[in-house]
Amino acid sequence: MKKNFIQIKKVSKIYKNKFAALKNVDLNIQEGEIFALLGPNGAGKSTLINVLCGITYHSKGDIFIDGIDLTKNRKKIKSLIGLVPQELHLEAFETVFDNVNYSRGLWGKKKDNNYILNLLKKLNLDDKKNNLLMQLSGGMKRRVLIAKALSHNPRILFLDEPSAGVDIELRKEMWDIIYTLKKEGVTIILTTHYIEEAEEIADRVAFINNGEIILVEDKNVLLNKLGNNKLVFTLDNSFKKVPAVLNKYSYKISKNKSCIEFFLSKEKNEVSDILLSIKKSKMDYLDFNIEKRSLESIFVDFIKKEKK
Amino acid sequence: MINLLAVKAIYFHEMNRTRRTILQSIISPILSTSLYFIIFGSAIGSRIKEIDGVTYGMFIVPGLLMLNLLTQSVSNGSFSTYFPKFNGTIFELQAAPISGVEMIIGFVGATATKSIILGLLIIATASFFIDLNILHPFLMVFFLLMTAITFSLFGFVIGLWADNFEKLSLIPLIVITPLVFLGGSFYSINMLPEIWQKISLLNPVLYLVSGFKYSFYEISDVSIWTSIITILLILLILIVITLLIFKKGYNLRN
Repeated sequence: MKKNFIQIKKVSKIYKNKFAALKNVDLNIQEGEIFALLGPNGAGKSTLINVLCGITYHSKGDIFIDGIDLTKNRKKIKSLIGLVPQELHLEAFETVFDNVNYSRGLWGKKKDNNYILNLLKKLNLDDKKNNLLMQLSGGMKRRVLIAKALSHNPRILFLDEPSAGVDIELRKEMWDIIYTLKKEGVTIILTTHYIEEAEEIADRVAFINNGEIILVEDKNVLLNKLGNNKLVFTLDNSFKKVPAVLNKYSYKISKNKSCIEFFLSKEKNEVSDILLSIKKSKMDYLDFNIEKRSLESIFVDFIKKEKK
Repeated sequence: MINLLAVKAIYFHEMNRTRRTILQSIISPILSTSLYFIIFGSAIGSRIKEIDGVTYGMFIVPGLLMLNLLTQSVSNGSFSTYFPKFNGTIFELQAAPISGVEMIIGFVGATATKSIILGLLIIATASFFIDLNILHPFLMVFFLLMTAITFSLFGFVIGLWADNFEKLSLIPLIVITPLVFLGGSFYSINMLPEIWQKISLLNPVLYLVSGFKYSFYEISDVSIWTSIITILLILLILIVITLLIFKKGYNLRN
């Protein structure tokens, strides 16, 4: 079993105006995993990242990273971390190479032009190394921010909304970069609005809402546990009511009676049973398909439950 | 342990900014100084009689030097600290393993270096217009260094405090420039009525200009020791303020 690299124990962040951005957050993150933090706007995702990066000071609780107490040795912990912020904040008039080199220096690493050049190559930025940052597109700027965060070989990489404003191609390229970093042993923590991003790349996910962690689970376990599939039939205009033979299944009819959804159980193989029952009952339909429940719908359900 | 590589990174990053903005940072103050010499040194100065035994052109050199040192140190210092806040790149300084002291050494060091280069260039420019003879060169270098460091630190504090461009230019425009002009830069306070002489003594810049004048020509409005103590005292006060700011995290962290 991998060790808990980041331990967050009952951490709260209360601002001067008494707003509690984090409430008793307990969380363990393992070394070398990709951990996704999901939550609506204002849920506390960025605050938690800023606290872990030492930018924002937490009000209560303890944080240990690689066994080091954050409050006692903030500088040591900061040296382990690379941060890719949500906003594209960069110096306008500096070249890509100089700016990435500057970041390496800030983290107290000796100048290493070969390392920086290789890093730029890995991020498809080598042909832009002498360009001014103001000349780059949004996607390229995002890559530069990743290069800056990786310029000092961090052991932990925080990605705050890495896909914000990024096209599909670049998003997929970034996922490849993240996979490569994971292989190299870097622990990756990302916040995202794109649930499919978490579904695609995360090992574990946490749902955060109103400053509280409401769920932490292995992504595959979560999808297996709650990701029940649905058998969906598209109905024609002649449909009146559901035949009694189908009442033993769990189902839902859409308001305009255009489709009926059967919720499939994980344990039983119900698809063929339902199809047989429908054939027997002579219920007419136009089409059917199996829909997999996504992480997004699980997330939305959790947030709805929280609101209630 | 001090993160020397980070200090070096900040220092050269700031020096590179100067290289990119050389017109604004270096050439512009030299040009304005040359104009001062042409107008006040040669054109008008030739009609003004000697002050404390030196020609008017010579007399204004320490004052002009102080004017440029103070305004440029404060402006450059405040801009280099405020700019990362303005463009959002402050996140990197906040996330990096750098202490407040290391940040000060990097930023203030770079700003002070620019001011010292500027000061030396102004002295070189002045020597084209007047016959310059510095009687106490070591003392002059001491005042040059101390003024550059102290007011670069002052600029650093203003940069931390400011949350818009107006505030950024407020102190240099409405405090520093009037204090320099009223601090005996272009006249001796002995030329003022007695009441104004007394009021002038409340102006800390007067002590700095006076110290500079002494190092050049052995003429001064106040004792040289008072000038030395004043600059050291201002530096000490600013160091304490800056350390307090870092301790409280004012405008730097939540």
